[in-house]
Amino acid sequence: MKIFDSALGIHEKALGLRSQRLEVIAKNIANADTPHFKAQDVDFKAALDSVETSRNLSTTDSKHFDIPDMGTGRNLVYSVPFGNSLDGNTVELNVEQAKYGKAAAQYQATLRFLESDISGIRKALKGE
Amino acid sequence: MAFDNIFGIAGTALNAQMVRLNSTASNLANASTEASTEEAAFKAKRPVFEALLSDEMTNAGAQYVGGVKVSGMVDDQAPNIKVHDPGNPKADADGFVYLSNVNEVTEMVEMMGAARSYQNNVEVINTAKALMMRTLDITKA
Repeated sequence: MKIFDSALGIHEKALGLRSQRLEVIAKNIANADTPHFKAQDVDFKAALDSVETSRNLSTTDSKHFDIPDMGTGRNLVYSVPFGNSLDGNTVELNVEQAKYGKAAAQYQATLRFLESDISGIRKALKGE
Repeated sequence: MAFDNIFGIAGTALNAQMVRLNSTASNLANASTEASTEEAAFKAKRPVFEALLSDEMTNAGAQYVGGVKVSGMVDDQAPNIKVHDPGNPKADADGFVYLSNVNEVTEMVEMMGAARSYQNNVEVINTAKALMMRTLDITKA
């Protein structure tokens, strides 16, 4: 819906990106003991830019569903570890834990913004 | 929805760490096992972890890509200590028995590592669950 797209602004897209970043960090934590696994992260600025600028796959009929493209797949970068490990794994568990905690807090912040947008729309609809 | 993937990914890690914990328990249980030949002597077992990189490596449709799996078990290459003990029923013709090559200290370290990694992934699931619940609450805003 056009009206809600502009009302919710960037936060709607940011929420999707933030949840995908949580997924990438969860992958790193899951593979903390896997030999030769390389830790990845989302280049958030590039991902958000590509979501904002790129057009979604165009739909040719009104009955087609929009195909959301969050763009994180193209914006993954390898993290540079602080130290090397013997088995070639670049996941540093404490770093990833900190990242996951921070990403979870950022997700909640984006949620808070969305909530206030929605309650604003609701107030406007009620006309109070 | 990306959160489904988090549950799947952390789930594969819980599975793998549980295999690691199980092999540690088995190694510790067999620490004092003796045998008549070096080949038959107990060797410490360790899982080999491998990242699940594509759909082909998981069940079709399952949200496990990016997770981890146990691709095999390997024997510890440390030599089995040979002890002269003629009274032992397992002793060979020369009166030697072969002890297991389990190192208790290594196993305890493995156990703590597996337990910590397991807890880590439980926390990942808890956080994802809490965020999912918070997202549902958006309708109450």
